[in-house]
Amino acid sequence: MTTTTTETAARRRTSLGSYDFRPYLVYIGFVLIFLVMAVTLRDEGFLTSGNLLLILQQTAPITVMAVGTVFVLSSGEIDLSIGSVVSLSALVSAVLLRDHGFVAGIAGGLLTGMTIGLINGLLVAKLRLPSFLITLGMMGLVTGLSERITRLQPVPSTNEVFNGLFGAGSLAGVSTLILWSGAVAVAGHCIFRHTRAGAHVLATGDNVGAARVAGVNVDRIRIGVLVASGACAALAGMLYTGRLHGATYTLGSADLLTVIAAVIIGGTRLKGGVGTVVGAVVGSLILGLLNNGLILAQFTPAEQQIARGLIILVAVVLTLREKKT
Amino acid sequence: MTTTESTRTSEPVLQLDGVRKEFGGVVAVQEFNLSVYSGEVVALVGDNGAGKSTLVKLVAGVHRPTAGQIRISGEEVTATDPRQVRELGIEVVYQDLALADHQPVYMNLFLGRELVTGPFRRLDKKRMARETQALVDELDVRIPSAKAIIRDLSGGQRQGIAISRATQWAKQLIIMDEPTAALGVAETAKVEELIDRLRRRDLAILLVSHDLDQVMRLANRITVLRRGVHVGTRMTEQTDKNEIVSMITGLQAADERA
Repeated sequence: MTTTTTETAARRRTSLGSYDFRPYLVYIGFVLIFLVMAVTLRDEGFLTSGNLLLILQQTAPITVMAVGTVFVLSSGEIDLSIGSVVSLSALVSAVLLRDHGFVAGIAGGLLTGMTIGLINGLLVAKLRLPSFLITLGMMGLVTGLSERITRLQPVPSTNEVFNGLFGAGSLAGVSTLILWSGAVAVAGHCIFRHTRAGAHVLATGDNVGAARVAGVNVDRIRIGVLVASGACAALAGMLYTGRLHGATYTLGSADLLTVIAAVIIGGTRLKGGVGTVVGAVVGSLILGLLNNGLILAQFTPAEQQIARGLIILVAVVLTLREKKT
Repeated sequence: MTTTESTRTSEPVLQLDGVRKEFGGVVAVQEFNLSVYSGEVVALVGDNGAGKSTLVKLVAGVHRPTAGQIRISGEEVTATDPRQVRELGIEVVYQDLALADHQPVYMNLFLGRELVTGPFRRLDKKRMARETQALVDELDVRIPSAKAIIRDLSGGQRQGIAISRATQWAKQLIIMDEPTAALGVAETAKVEELIDRLRRRDLAILLVSHDLDQVMRLANRITVLRRGVHVGTRMTEQTDKNEIVSMITGLQAADERA
């Protein structure tokens, strides 16, 4: 009798202790990091509206790519080529902008990203090859193209309409960077949570067989998420171009891991089937906060790198520990 | 063949006529004849490799027979298209459950056939959850909520959901491939009750099972396959486990024309 009572008590305790807090981890983390920085970096000007807006602006390209990556990871795939697509799209966009004007610049940039996404998607869906390998290969190929296309030369963007629309300007007092990332986040969230396409992305990543027998066209889902991811990376590339008034082959080269970390910290499952756009946006803001705070605290670039890596490791360990069943 | 079949007036829900299936040169099913009527459970039994799964896939529209005809309510299935079969009112409960583990119950029930509302074709989650709740209540599948995540449910509850989903869409026939193979005793009993309830709702059920006690309990008729050969079909009340076992193992020769 005594053993049974203790067993029941023990079981009750574990069931309380194993309460799954992970879906809210990203929001708790965001508030905590924000508060810590607000207190410790108050004298460095962390809390000024100018600095907070700057964080939002600097995070915008990451946020845009994170939204695309939520779709890709949720469907059970991964896109490692996004960082390289940023620079190639930016360069193509800047060159076309210089030689053929505004419309050609925008269309060319976006089409570059979507074409690379389409090739990724077709290879993954039709040849049934793992997206990890396909997009890894694509990353190398596109990086090479970016270096080749202008022979490592940066391309300035002197089109002020383009620069204003993609990053340097503002509308009704709000930076276009923030408007773009906000629009992509809202659109992404609505598609992901409230359409059949979003439900099919999740089902495909959760159980491909189940999705297929239920009549979901899983090939179309896989191609679709990779094209969307390419388009997001291209938009991010154009946002960099607009903000910096020019493109170079190094744009986006450090973004891949930041984006994936933001999405995973946000609560999206690396193996597919679970995803959240809102979480990914907050995840990218956390990384933006850290970046900003580490600079304000006057860490050297090497120290910043170490601190960022450590924090991402801790966050990923906390988020990824699978619930014991 | 059997007396009840000849006295039946209604058309069979599923009719297989001389169905044969070869893969390359290998004969998986030699010549299979079976009619399934609404309101009955027909069990398909046989040893491993007897051709049961091939037969299920033929009916589900995954494979196309090399020879012979498959008719659903009199209409011949011509294309190799699971969707056509589903539109004709046939659902398959697969052995591996085929549920998306991280999605809520209601999204699994409506997977591939989600309800939408309004000009933006927004998912109507409220209505899907409500209809799911009504269905599982009606079938007495006890789950915490229609919004529960599949992963948090027991094996029996999951199988209940898989069968509920088939029930939701099947107008004619449900094919169940080893529905209780992964379940414990109490959960098996629940699923068996559920199958019995579906029969009383006038659905036809084709049950693939290894568990002969279960087959004797549930099935109206039992049909036996051995190495692709249709050994025969028996009324459950006119046979016993020993005869079925000898048909499965080959101690008893195949009927003249099964």
